[in-house]
This record gives sequence, C-alpha cells and structure tokens, in this order.
Amino acid sequence: MSFPWAKHYEPKQPLMKWLDEKLPLPRFVYNAVGAGYPVPRNLNYFWNFGVLAGVALVCQIVTGIVLAMHFHSSAAGAFESVNVGIMRDVNAGWFLRFAHANGASMFLTVIYIHMFRGLYYGSYKAPREMVWLLGVVIFLLTMATAFMGYVLPWGQMSFWGAQVITGFFTAVPVVGEWVQVWLLGGYAPDDATLNRFFSLHYLLPFVILGAVILHIWALHIPGSGNPTGVEVKGEQDTVPFHPYYTAKDGFGVGVFMIVFSILIFYAPDYLGHADNYIAANPLSTPAHIVPEWYFWPFYAILRAFTADFIIAAKLWGVVAMFGSILILFFLPWLDKSPVRSASYRPMYRIAFWVLVVDVLILGYCGGSAATPGIVITSQLASAYYFAHFLIIVPIISRLEQPKPLPNSITEAVLAKKGGSQVTETALSA
Amino acid sequence: MAMQDGVPPDMTIAPGGDVLENPRRRDYLNYAAVSVAAVGAGVVVLPLVNSMNPSADVLALSSTEIDVSAIEPGQAIKASFRKQPLFVRNLTAAEIAEADKVDASSLRDPQTLEDRTKEGKRNWLITMGVCTHLGCVPLGAGEGENRGPFGGYFCPCHGSAYDTAGRIRQGPAPTNLVVPEYEFTSDTVVVVG
Amino acid sequence: MLPLFIRSIKFLIGGAFVFVLGLALFGTVKTAITEPEPETAEHAMHKHPKDLKLASDGVFGKFDNAQLQRGFQVYKEVCAVCHSLNLVSFRELGQLGYSEAEVKKIAKDWATKQPVFDDKAGTWGERDNLPSDRFPKVYYAGTGTPPDLSLMAKARHNGGAYIYSLMTGYDEKPSAEALKKFPEFAKPAEGMAFNPYFANLNLSMPAPLTGEGQVTYADGTRATVDQMSKDVAAFLVWTAEPHAQSRKAAGFAVILFLLFATALAFGAYRTVWKGVKH
Repeated sequence: MSFPWAKHYEPKQPLMKWLDEKLPLPRFVYNAVGAGYPVPRNLNYFWNFGVLAGVALVCQIVTGIVLAMHFHSSAAGAFESVNVGIMRDVNAGWFLRFAHANGASMFLTVIYIHMFRGLYYGSYKAPREMVWLLGVVIFLLTMATAFMGYVLPWGQMSFWGAQVITGFFTAVPVVGEWVQVWLLGGYAPDDATLNRFFSLHYLLPFVILGAVILHIWALHIPGSGNPTGVEVKGEQDTVPFHPYYTAKDGFGVGVFMIVFSILIFYAPDYLGHADNYIAANPLSTPAHIVPEWYFWPFYAILRAFTADFIIAAKLWGVVAMFGSILILFFLPWLDKSPVRSASYRPMYRIAFWVLVVDVLILGYCGGSAATPGIVITSQLASAYYFAHFLIIVPIISRLEQPKPLPNSITEAVLAKKGGSQVTETALSA
Repeated sequence: MAMQDGVPPDMTIAPGGDVLENPRRRDYLNYAAVSVAAVGAGVVVLPLVNSMNPSADVLALSSTEIDVSAIEPGQAIKASFRKQPLFVRNLTAAEIAEADKVDASSLRDPQTLEDRTKEGKRNWLITMGVCTHLGCVPLGAGEGENRGPFGGYFCPCHGSAYDTAGRIRQGPAPTNLVVPEYEFTSDTVVVVG
Repeated sequence: MLPLFIRSIKFLIGGAFVFVLGLALFGTVKTAITEPEPETAEHAMHKHPKDLKLASDGVFGKFDNAQLQRGFQVYKEVCAVCHSLNLVSFRELGQLGYSEAEVKKIAKDWATKQPVFDDKAGTWGERDNLPSDRFPKVYYAGTGTPPDLSLMAKARHNGGAYIYSLMTGYDEKPSAEALKKFPEFAKPAEGMAFNPYFANLNLSMPAPLTGEGQVTYADGTRATVDQMSKDVAAFLVWTAEPHAQSRKAAGFAVILFLLFATALAFGAYRTVWKGVKH
C-alpha cells in the first residue's frame, strides 16, 4: 500500500525505461526507501535505528565473508587461524576481526534501542503487529548467530559457552541428554560442533537478511509509525523518505561509524573477555564464565530460578529465559490500549521506564559473579520483568486514562514548534 | 506540482509549507556530503581487498635453501619454492653442448644457456617446474620420466616440449621455463628467492 | 467473548513465574542468613595489579623499541626456559628494530630447536630455527607445560600490569590480619610460592626474577628486578598485539575523517530539512 499522494516512479532515460519494463528493481527501491515512500514528518532520532541495524548487518556480512576466507574451522586450527593468521599475518586482518567482533556488539546495541523505541511508542500495536513479530524473529536469529560466532575463535569462553548453552537442553526431561549430544555432534564441543556452528553462522545472516526484507515489506503496508502514535491523515503529515530521511539517516550512520570506530581502534577488547585469548581447554573451566554482554539480562533470568517447584529449578530457568523473549511475540495482544505512544500514556510511561531500569539491572546481574546479593537482585528484577509484560501492562491498558491526543501529526508538530498557522492554511489551500 | 503555483521561479515550497529560497544553492552541501561518504566507502574496500593478498607468513616462506650435493650429472630433483615445484638439474657435458648448438635467435623466446645459468655453474639448470602454457608440471625431472623430443622437459597436458636449457621448442607454451632468482651460498648450497 | 480462563491465562503464567521466583528468593535469602558464605582467602588476600605506565599506552601510544628489546632479552634469558611464545614468529622481531641478519642469528641460536619429522626414517629430529618459523614450543618435564606467553597480556585482565605485578609480587606476604583467618597461608604448600596477584594466591612458579643484574642489558640500563619486570611486561604487551601501534594510528585518521564526514552529513541533513517543521 501506499498513500495516494506518494510520488510515482517515472523513468526518464530510455535505459531506465527499458529496465523498468523488464525488471522494475529501481521502481521497487524508489517505493521502498526512495521518494516514493511517504513518511511522517515528525520522526525523532530514535527512528534512525532501523536503518542503522541494516547498516550493522551489512557490515557484519561483508567483514564476515572476508574473515571466513582466512578462518580454519577445526578444533586444532581455529584458535591459531584467528590469533596468528588473522590477527598477525593477514593484511589488515586485525581490523577485520575487531570490526566483526565489535560489529556484533554494535548490531545488538542498535537492535535493543530499536526494540525499546518500539516498546515506548507502541510500534507493536495494530496495524503493525506483523512488523513487530518479524522483528522478534530477527532478534532471535541474531542472538543465535552471535552465539555461534562467539564459539568460532575456539578460546576458553567459546568452548565453555558452547558447552553451557547446549547444556540448557539437558533440562528437558527424557530427551534432554540426547538433544545436547545431537547438537554438539559428540559428548563435548569438538570438530563436529565447530564445523556445524561455522556453517550455520555463515547461513543465518542471510536468513536474517530475508527476514529484514519481510520486516520492511510489512512496515510499508501501514507505513511508518511516529512519536505521536496518531496515524497519517493527509499529505501535510508526511515527507518523502528521500531526500528527507535519507539525509537524516546519513547523519545517523556517521555517528554510528564514529562510535564503532572508537571501539575498533581504541577499545577492541573492552567488550570481550580476557579468557577468550586462552585456547580452548576441555579439561579446565574458567573461574568466572559469562556470556557476551548482550546476553546478560537473559543469563540473569536463567540463574534467578534456584528453587524446584513441580519441575526442576534448572528447567524453570531455561523455560523462563526462552519465555522472556517469547513473551514479546504476544505483546501486541497483551497491551490492549488503543493509544500507541507512551507520551500520551502516563501510567504506561512509568512502567516503561521501570522496565528499562529493570533490564539494565538484569544485565548488570548477568555479568556479575553469582553472589547471594546478585542472585537476590536478579530474582526481584526477573519477577518484575515477567510481571511487566504479563500483569502490569494488561492491567494498565484497562485502567489508564490517556492524555488527549493531537488531531494530526501536523497539529502536534506545529504545537511543539509554535509554528504559524499561515503556512498551514497556505498548504491546505 | 500544483501547490507551487504562485511561487517565484527561484523559490519552492517545502513539504512543511515553508517557502524556500533558491533550492539549488543548498545542493552543494549535499553533493559534498555524498562525495565524502563515497570516498569513505571506497577507502573501506581497500583493507578488504588487501586482506586477500598473500599474508605475512606466506611471504616469509619466499626463500628456499637447497642442498644440491647429491645430484649426479644428468639427474634432476624436484624441490618446492613458494609452494610451487622447482626443478634443479645437473646437466651433462653433452646436454650443455646440445643447448649451445642451437641458434638462440631462431627460438620463440630467444635466450642462451648462458643467460639462464650462473657463471661458473653452467651445469646447474634451476627453473620453475611450471609449464608457461597453463601451469601444469612438466615431466623430465623424475627418474625415468619422458623428457620429450628435445631432451629437457615435456608437458603432458598440451604437449609443450622444452630443451636441455629449459627453453620452449615445440607446443603451445609461449615462453621458456622461468628461472627464479637464486644464488649459490657455497658449492653445494643454493638459496632460491 | 473469550472464556475467562483464556482471558486470564496471561495472569496465570505471569503469576506462576513470579511465584516461583518468590520461592527462589525466599530460599536464597534464607540460605544467605542461615549459612552466610565464609570469606574466601582470595577475597581477603588477592590484590589488583599495580599501576604500570607503558609507552604504548593511550591514543597516541608508540612502542618503545629499546624497552621491547630489553624485554625480549629477559624473556630469552629467563622465561624461555619454561614458557614458549608459540604464536609469535622470529621474523616479527624485525619490528623491534633488529636487522634481518640479527633476526636470522637470533633464530639460528635459539636454544630450543624446531622439530622436524623425517618421512623416510619415520623419526622426529630437529633443525635450527629460521626467521619464518614460529618460536618453538617448550615442553617442561615435571609439573606440566607452563602456559604459552604469546597472548598472556590479553589473556589476563589488565595484562601488562598483571605481568609486572606478578613478577614483583613475590616479596609481598599476607597481612597479619589475613593470616589470623587463614593460618595455612603462613607457609606455602610444598613447591608453591605465595603471590597476592595470582588468582589462586599460590603458584608453582618460583620467583623468576630474583636479583639485580640477572641479565646484563646491552644498552647499559640498570637491570633491577623492577626494571626487568617492566621490560618483560612491555615485551609481552607487544607480542599480544604487534599491530596495536598501527591500529591506533589508523584509528586516529579514520575518526578524523568520520568527524568531518559526519559534520558534512549533518549540514546536508539540516539544509534538506530547512523550513520543514518536524
């Protein structure tokens, strides 16, 4: 769908006309991210993060393809091929490796901000449920890809990460042990594990790319949301994506690249773990094993379940950890409030910010050693996490008295800027 | 567009409804930004491409030491130089004479045996074992292998025949077998590369 | 209208998670009160690394080749007896300012030889090292092979300072207060040495740098234990990432360019949006 006032693609040169008849790819791009896509004019900088996630994905695919040319996928050779071959001998290999390792962190950071943007502005609500569902699928695929990528350098954290994460499945009654052996292709992580993880780590980004295309497609049916949550009413509410948002995204990409470069060139190991510079040793577990930072909140939830109740504590932990993500699939139906944006929802806005702090606390707990204080904090924070989605939000969406919504995007913009009514009437004339 | 009616020709209306002065002027900044971004993207491609060049460990293997003391006249060995076969051949007096007999100017790739060996070591013919046609390994270095019609090397892939100085004499190969850089560090040790 | 059960399933699931977490919380609090975790010896005695300033630190840090050469000398004369440097190649020493001939000689004279398998005899022999070889592995008969040092500066948190602290930390004994709680630390176990910078506090490596003049520096620097420790730490920071200096230099150029490009992009963004209220 598109708005009736969307600009139409009109090829001028004969070559473009010919191409448009045979394969209308330029028309497709024009309507997807060009002048043919009308976008609300009032998007703030949080709307940059979708494009940034796309940029991060492309960076990961490009650096990953080149790194794969130098990587040896074997338990005997992987650590050396990364730490000697790529890091020392391959021309600019250190750059590729640090860009790829930190690119994963950049990608996940951008995705998290993008998701919290969606939570704040109600982007998951009708008519954009499918956009949200596909986004959660992308998030899951990205986490799987990141995990398998972390195993590839075959350091201590790689090895024990593979061991512990596949160990989740042993919590499943009856078939659990068999599932872990099947996943690893052996009784402990080894060549079979490394090779299948490498194969899937190369495959999944392209699956993500496909899911991203569906995500954008689903977005273009209702069109982009906006900070007021009020739907577009007419042409005065929108600007064409190009040049308005391409220019704004260009600036966003610049800022993204600056942060990315600071990580690559000045703090390449800051987000990593020292133990992964020790070659995998199946006979000795590092004293303090933690996943990468982007898994910390979920790791904290996993560790918070320490009591058996009907089923074993371990199974509760695993169910809760996966459940904490799966809940997101149901969010469009858990939040029944017709108002999208938290700006007009006083109670939901408080709950949202408590959730942000809660997830940050969970992250801190997940990255720390499991002392009693940390475990108690994770238990409280995990309880809030589930309560937020399953109890608080559904109740709020019934009780809450939303603030009055603006009549249109343009009205909201002009109210904010104190703009003149003259141009407004000139435009509608 | 209808909504621009009544606006002077060097002005335009932005979608927000404001009247803008000469929109052309602002284009320069956009061109500059896009050009700089393109330069940046171009520069990023360099390390990606460069990473596919031989790495430092491959370059470090670029010289090979060979002990030639065990090679009798008339015999040859296959060594390895930069992961490619290298032929080291101890020519007999007859083979040297045969190579010298040929008028170099009549050859496809005119070179004399002198040009292709070191002074005082004319019996040591050291060449790459890589046919200059399409890169097969010619026969003739191993014991009992077919040395071809000119007594040097013979490439079984497409029938290129080399003489006792490793020069192309017959078949599709365009040039003589390549002589790598090398030097004798003693009477019996040669360092290639 | 959905049946009440379906409509309230979210509360049931949410309540179940909260209830189980409540049970777990009760258990954790109870255990924390009834059986508080005893203080560990590590908590009482382990120390964070001392400060170490190296020329290679910071945004504009550059390796100090003289120091790296001294550090290499300490590694060669002291550490190399037990610890290998197997991820580093002799040729890389060229970056420390050694000439090609010097590198060749260092490789040739290296005490541990390069193992070679003789295809015809079916036996292992050895040959002199070449510049293209990696430092050979050291096998240490007895307590097992000590760790390779190539990446040690990255494999420990704050690695350079850690190495320096470990080397100079053998003199530091546990405090009287700590010894009262953990009397077993008064005398280290057989064949172990106490070092507060080591994770387990006791390690099987006796103090490797024991006195001034243990090595004789070619450049005349006084070889105190502190100096040798600093130098070898600096050397191992280099082996862990020989490209660190070019990384930082490249980063400076990249970030300058990006600041310029981003400023232009911001200008372009503002001109495109000029007059559009948003």
